[in-house]
Amino acid sequence: MSAAGTILFVVCGLLGLISALATIMARSPIRAAVALLVHIVALAGLFLTLHAHLLAILQLIIYAGAVVVLFVFAIMFIGPIPASNGPPRLAISGAFSLAAMALLAIVLSFLLAGYNPPYEIIAGCPSGSGAECGQFGGVAAFSGYLFRQATAPFELVSALLTVAVVGAIMVARGHSTPAAQASDAEARKLSEPDSGGGD
Amino acid sequence: MAIQLGNYLMLASIFFAIGAVGFLTRSNALIQLMSIELMLNAVNLTLVAFNRWSPSNHLGQSFAFFVMAVAAAEAAVGLSIIIRLFRLYKTVHTDQANTLKH
Repeated sequence: MSAAGTILFVVCGLLGLISALATIMARSPIRAAVALLVHIVALAGLFLTLHAHLLAILQLIIYAGAVVVLFVFAIMFIGPIPASNGPPRLAISGAFSLAAMALLAIVLSFLLAGYNPPYEIIAGCPSGSGAECGQFGGVAAFSGYLFRQATAPFELVSALLTVAVVGAIMVARGHSTPAAQASDAEARKLSEPDSGGGD
Repeated sequence: MAIQLGNYLMLASIFFAIGAVGFLTRSNALIQLMSIELMLNAVNLTLVAFNRWSPSNHLGQSFAFFVMAVAAAEAAVGLSIIIRLFRLYKTVHTDQANTLKH
């Protein structure tokens, strides 16, 4: 790997690490969304070092351009966080999960850090051939692979996205028939804190 | 110094652990969803890294592509559920969604 590739890996790895920590430790969801955006851009840089050019651009378009925007819209809809955070979580469960995941990360890192399979140099495009020459991870090669080897999943994913959009609209919209609205009001009454548990 | 496959896998496992800790520790449903996205991104990084070291086909990258699409659909549905939950409980803290508990 060239020196520029190494520098890009180090910079994007550190940036991704810092932004991932900022995402889970943020005080408000909007700060977490911005940190998630930085993490996604760092990951796109890591994809570039891995010779996955089309996937890096798709990461930016899909994640940074659609998923994070959806998060920001939902945060805007929900509004500012009220002052009281609700009952505090058990400190023991947080420390336990932190210890368990740190152990997992350390064990995986020890097992994997020395894994050095042979590295094939992938030749770039020759200088006179223009931007696209069918190299590994480029638009022509990757989309050709998707078109030939993954046609059915591709079409099914488009159906899945349609179903997801319809389902999201239906769930978020709420009910309009009187019976459904009555059951919604009853659920709201049950969920109020002063109604107490049943017996 | 060349970056080896083990370095990428180590980085991806650290990202995954950070996402898992965020999901288990925070009670804000929005931040839990973002932690899920962190975990999915770590898996994508693992897939693409393995594909770089066996570049005879694009299997890892296409798998990552479909993971990306499904993660986007899941984020949309999850956010709509959170909005519905917010209308019911007037909060997004999952600790307070305990009507089924009693």
